[in-house]
Amino acid sequence: MKMNQDKLTVPPVEAELKLSDEKIKLQVNDLKLYYGDALALKSVNMTIPEKRVTAFIGPSGCGKSTLLRCFNRMNDLVDICRIEGQILMDGQNIYDPKIDVAELRRQVGMVFQKPNPFPKSIYENVAYGLRLQGVKDKRILDEVVETSLKGAALWNEVKDRLHDNAFGLSGGQQQRLVIARAIAIEPEVLLLDEPASALDPISTLKIEELIYELKDKYTIVIVTHNMQQAARVSDYTAFMYMGDLIEFDATNKMFTNPSQQQTEDYITGRFG
Amino acid sequence: MKSLFGVRAWFRSGTPWIWLNAGAIALCLVMVIGVLGLIVVRGGSHFWPADLQQTEWSPESGQKKVIMGELVRAETVSAVMLRESGATVPAELEAVTRYLVKVGNRDLYGRDFSWYMDYEISGWTAPEGAIALERRERGNFYGFPLKLNEGDTLIAEGAAMWPELLKRVERANGIFQQMKDIEKNDISRINNQIEKLRLTERRLVLDKVSDAEMAEFKAQAEAENKILNDEYAVIQQKLDQLRAESNRDNLVARSAEGREVTISLANIVKAFAPNDMSVWQKTRHYFSGIGTFLTEEPREANTEGGIFPAIFGTVTMVILMAIIVTPFGVLAAIYLREYAKQGPLLKIIRISVYNLAGVPSIVYGVFGLGFFVYIMGGSIDQLFYPEALPSPTFGTPGLFWASLTLALLTLPVVIVSTEEGLSRIPSTIRMGSLALGATKSETLWKVVVPLATPAMMTGLILAVARAAGEVAPLMLVGVVKLAPTLPIDGNFPFIHLDQKIMHLGFHVFDVGFQSPNVEASRPLLYATALVLVLLIVVLNMAAIYMRNRLREKYRSDTD
Repeated sequence: MKMNQDKLTVPPVEAELKLSDEKIKLQVNDLKLYYGDALALKSVNMTIPEKRVTAFIGPSGCGKSTLLRCFNRMNDLVDICRIEGQILMDGQNIYDPKIDVAELRRQVGMVFQKPNPFPKSIYENVAYGLRLQGVKDKRILDEVVETSLKGAALWNEVKDRLHDNAFGLSGGQQQRLVIARAIAIEPEVLLLDEPASALDPISTLKIEELIYELKDKYTIVIVTHNMQQAARVSDYTAFMYMGDLIEFDATNKMFTNPSQQQTEDYITGRFG
Repeated sequence: MKSLFGVRAWFRSGTPWIWLNAGAIALCLVMVIGVLGLIVVRGGSHFWPADLQQTEWSPESGQKKVIMGELVRAETVSAVMLRESGATVPAELEAVTRYLVKVGNRDLYGRDFSWYMDYEISGWTAPEGAIALERRERGNFYGFPLKLNEGDTLIAEGAAMWPELLKRVERANGIFQQMKDIEKNDISRINNQIEKLRLTERRLVLDKVSDAEMAEFKAQAEAENKILNDEYAVIQQKLDQLRAESNRDNLVARSAEGREVTISLANIVKAFAPNDMSVWQKTRHYFSGIGTFLTEEPREANTEGGIFPAIFGTVTMVILMAIIVTPFGVLAAIYLREYAKQGPLLKIIRISVYNLAGVPSIVYGVFGLGFFVYIMGGSIDQLFYPEALPSPTFGTPGLFWASLTLALLTLPVVIVSTEEGLSRIPSTIRMGSLALGATKSETLWKVVVPLATPAMMTGLILAVARAAGEVAPLMLVGVVKLAPTLPIDGNFPFIHLDQKIMHLGFHVFDVGFQSPNVEASRPLLYATALVLVLLIVVLNMAAIYMRNRLREKYRSDTD
């Protein structure tokens, strides 16, 4: 507990954050999700504030990754998955049948637990999203690749070998490459699914610094198992347990003065 | 008790299994090396110029006679057996060694291989000055040269004759080559054009064009025909002239038993004197023999000459098959794996596809003949080549149908490997692409399929290996024993899909079992088998090289 508080003072917290003051980016209304007959999310209601980092924490299998995947409809890929309720992004229900899922995913980028670069060059990895959109102009591509790699704090390490295979990079570099790939198409929301869990401590630190920088431009939602990480990088934290959203508040408050007993038990390591 | 314990401990240690496994591998190696060794030795030794051996043959019934030829092999048989088959073997003998001799000179003796009993001959000697002539017709000649004539005038005799003979054989061969080129290019072109004119006329008749148009075309065709015929006459004249030129010289030679023969140099492919050749000369002869075998057409009902059309036919057919089977197999596998709804129906389809791989290949041949050749080919003829009917164009076995049948035969292999490759692509990579706003098909074609190409290549390698060695179905759908015209040539449309082809596998069968001259073709059988094996190895190596390049390109730490 003590350590968390120390770490928390590192980023300059301008003022006490309050959810009610934030501009809402994503709103989850009574979201229920079934895997076959099993209920994986039990009526979740929450709001994700714009240009903030929101962390989902909770024990394994609590539904935090499932909830994250609802925001870009990755759950659609699971045949037996069924969803009730709404998620509004800027007031528009993303589960509306009229929504173009590909377009939604362009606006809501995602980075996975394990680095998953494509078997292409570093350059082509970053340019992939743009090429999908039909961008062919070499100048634009060059520019976007450079800014994205700079944005992902990878440019200096790879600028001399942009056309090498991406698999030649280390795990941490690959993960930053994947982030660069995601921000190259300028999404509004960035979903990070345990982005540092497969990485060594130094790479983890770099990713965390990166998240801190990215929140100026993007609404970030991060799932993490690592409580310290949630405390370090996020502005708001949601604690989930068994498919329920137990508590959702400013990170500062969650880690110092949680209102639910379950949250306190989990954060202090009494279970989970 | 103690020793039993020891044996039991030995068993439990796993050592026997290692021995068993190693033994299995050793057995496999012995078998593979045995097969390869046999065909290499049997096939390869054919090209080595064997010494000409001479002996005096004195059969009990008949005259003494000097014989000469290549010793092919010797074997010992029981005298009883020989007596039963009608030979008169001296009473004191129980076993007899007999020699198979390639005596050549089919024009003199009627056959070029003979058996000679040990007790009927004096010892073997290799006479100096004996020559062997490889002839275009009637097999080899073995004997002694007497004199070289140009027409009726004597050119050389004795020691000076040999170099002069070699020079003039080379000249005759040059002329022969010229004649062949003219026949192959000019005459075939003219024939082609005349045939085209005939077909165009027939087509106009079928189209029922007006009389005026018909008359116009006829006048035009006649003019063109005349030009072509004139051209043909000129070429024919030139050919006659060349033929006369090549027949200018002749060699008078004496066979071993003393008969004189006159041999036109136009009939000689190669002249050599094996008994007087050094090892170095024999080695050169050996390799040039292999070269000829690989690059020439067969002669004398496939018992002489080379196998180039068979190599060419096999390669063309396999490449065509690969071009046909790859897109079909890959697309089918993608549908099965990526789009089709997984369920019992798909399971049945998949099992059926897998089982197709086990259907005997002759069944595919029958299907190819019945469906591809007669139904599809027949329809194509009626739709597109009505003017050529009743002689079929595609409604008869040919290259395309052979390739198509083989493509069908190897389709399951490609589908299975591609499916396996697709299922091995980690889902995280697909997710990564989808999360960037790619649609399913974009993900498939830009990320998943390129990653699965090494697996597709593996399928293709297996398909090629199987297709190149297949014989049974090909006999029905397009492979014939002799088709010296290659399916690719200089006449439009350059690749003749309707042409019949030769194939190494079928050539092995034909040479081995359908040959009129078994002894002569036996070494060719092994040599052809060797070439077939090497060809499959080369095709596979090329495919494996390509696959490894692709693997390197799409190297992934998830593999």
